[in-house]
Amino acid sequence: MSDFFQLLVAGLATGAIYALIAIGFTLLWQTSQTINFAQGEFVMLPAFFVLTAMGYFHQPFWVAVVAAFVVSILLLGILFKKLMVDPMIRHGVLPLVIATIALALLLKEGVREFYSAEAQGFPSLAAATNVTVLGVGFAVQSLVVLVVTGVAVGGLQLFLTRTRIGRRMQATAQNPTVARLLGIPVERMILYTFLINAALVALASVLVTPIYLAKFSNGEWLGLYAFIAAIVGGFNQVRGAIVGGLMLGIVDNFAAAYLSAQYRLAMPLLILIVVILFRPQGLLGRLEERTV
Amino acid sequence: MMRRQAAIYGVFAACAIFLVAAPFFLKPYGIFILTTWAVMTIAAIGLNLTLGYAGQVSMAQAAFVGIGAYTTALLTTHGWPFWPTFALAGVACFVVGWVLGYPALRVQHHYLAFVTLAFNTLVFLIFRNEEWLTGGNYGISNIPRPSVFGWETDRPRDFYFFCLAHLVLISAATWWLIRSPWGRAFIALRENPIRALSLGIDTRRYTLMAFALGAGLGGLAGSLYAPLVQFVDPVPFALTLSLNLLLMVVVGGSGYFFGPFLGAIVAVLLPEWMRFAEGYYLMGYAVLVIVLMVFCPSGLLGLAERLFLPKAKETSPAELKPQEDAR
Repeated sequence: MSDFFQLLVAGLATGAIYALIAIGFTLLWQTSQTINFAQGEFVMLPAFFVLTAMGYFHQPFWVAVVAAFVVSILLLGILFKKLMVDPMIRHGVLPLVIATIALALLLKEGVREFYSAEAQGFPSLAAATNVTVLGVGFAVQSLVVLVVTGVAVGGLQLFLTRTRIGRRMQATAQNPTVARLLGIPVERMILYTFLINAALVALASVLVTPIYLAKFSNGEWLGLYAFIAAIVGGFNQVRGAIVGGLMLGIVDNFAAAYLSAQYRLAMPLLILIVVILFRPQGLLGRLEERTV
Repeated sequence: MMRRQAAIYGVFAACAIFLVAAPFFLKPYGIFILTTWAVMTIAAIGLNLTLGYAGQVSMAQAAFVGIGAYTTALLTTHGWPFWPTFALAGVACFVVGWVLGYPALRVQHHYLAFVTLAFNTLVFLIFRNEEWLTGGNYGISNIPRPSVFGWETDRPRDFYFFCLAHLVLISAATWWLIRSPWGRAFIALRENPIRALSLGIDTRRYTLMAFALGAGLGGLAGSLYAPLVQFVDPVPFALTLSLNLLLMVVVGGSGYFFGPFLGAIVAVLLPEWMRFAEGYYLMGYAVLVIVLMVFCPSGLLGLAERLFLPKAKETSPAELKPQEDAR
């Protein structure tokens, strides 16, 4: 039974990280119909910003993390929006999909070429010890991840629902034309979602990299899990991404422990296919209306 | 007009002469690369049918190439002659594509991309884990090269011409298909699915057909790939190849008949000539794709058309365009 709870907490922790990545993904989709196939690479990259700041500029870990957040927001938020999304979005969804696939390739090869092809160790936020609660040992790392993501997601929800800017962003997501008519600066709201996405992937990067090491190819599976979480939960809902992410983390951990380590990745994929077949709008999603 | 046509014929003649003459001047490795180009072009032609003509994003082409390759590898190492396995590979992928295409009917564009992406990864896992069938990571080795009416294609040059002949036949068949009512229905689907439906085109059936045909061509390409490398393992058929094929089609010019040929040159031949650049080549390639998508989403052929044939605009295929169903 204690195994069960350990797996559950570990699953929730990885699931919370997938949820962070998936939230950014759905936010971009909602406000600007951007499907970012480089989302996984966006999570891979900030860890290397941290390592660069520590290794080459000899900064302490916390300074490096702050620097990585700033650089991520500049590069993966503002620059990505201005240089890629803005000029391409008028061509429709598909060219942007292709371009982000190419961007993923560029970031991956860039890190391999300019940093290293080997997996790099990454400082952890918490000591690798266990605490015992009611006779069950939990990894402190998992608990820290859960707390940090909980605070981040809670803060984001409060921002989106309780502040003026957040509500304007929601209005933009729901109906850009009406939002514009109401005097909301739609362009700036869209830019904000890109900034939030950049901050979320940077946070996910700092949380996930101590567990799996920093490697140029990390983005491949991180991106895949984020897509699956977003689609299973519901592409057009922030809470969908949260539920999808958590579910995926738990399923993934239990499948690895109880079913088959070799087919670990197959479970999330099967869930994805079943959800798309029987409930394409996702577990919590709304149907998207189609206009002719 | 005449001069332009003459120039186009000239380019074709030069390409044909190059393709026939090149293997007599190349070392075996060069011939191997050229053969890889021919095989990947076939896979890209298939994907171009799905993406360029019918407007459906498939990220599973590598899975179909893999299924084709394993079909031929398994059967020819058990003594089957090549062509029956070639036909079987195509038919098997057509059927699997048809079944996988059903989600396409329910969900369309970006969701289809994700279903196919998941499918590709699942197929990869099966190749890797079902050792009794596929040999797992050790793969299947000693795949024989086919022999045609006594003509052994063991030597690289012979096998190159064998593949080139298949490429020519498949291109001719595709050329015919695109000009048939089917091909026109595919284009109608891409341009405006709702209008196509209202004109009485059975969009469900044609979407499935485009997807399955693309998959079938992927299987045929795989079937040629197995005797080319004479050893198959799961690694080449991972998602990376699917994404590469997708980029090939788009870079060449999706929806242009010769787009896949050009795209495969950029993705298969150029990296070999630019070996010295290694990782930088891939980065440059990625930048090229991004820049193309910003300025000319119809790819290199679209760019050429825009530069050299400014007046032919009305008849040109529309730029790579998704269905306009916004939210």
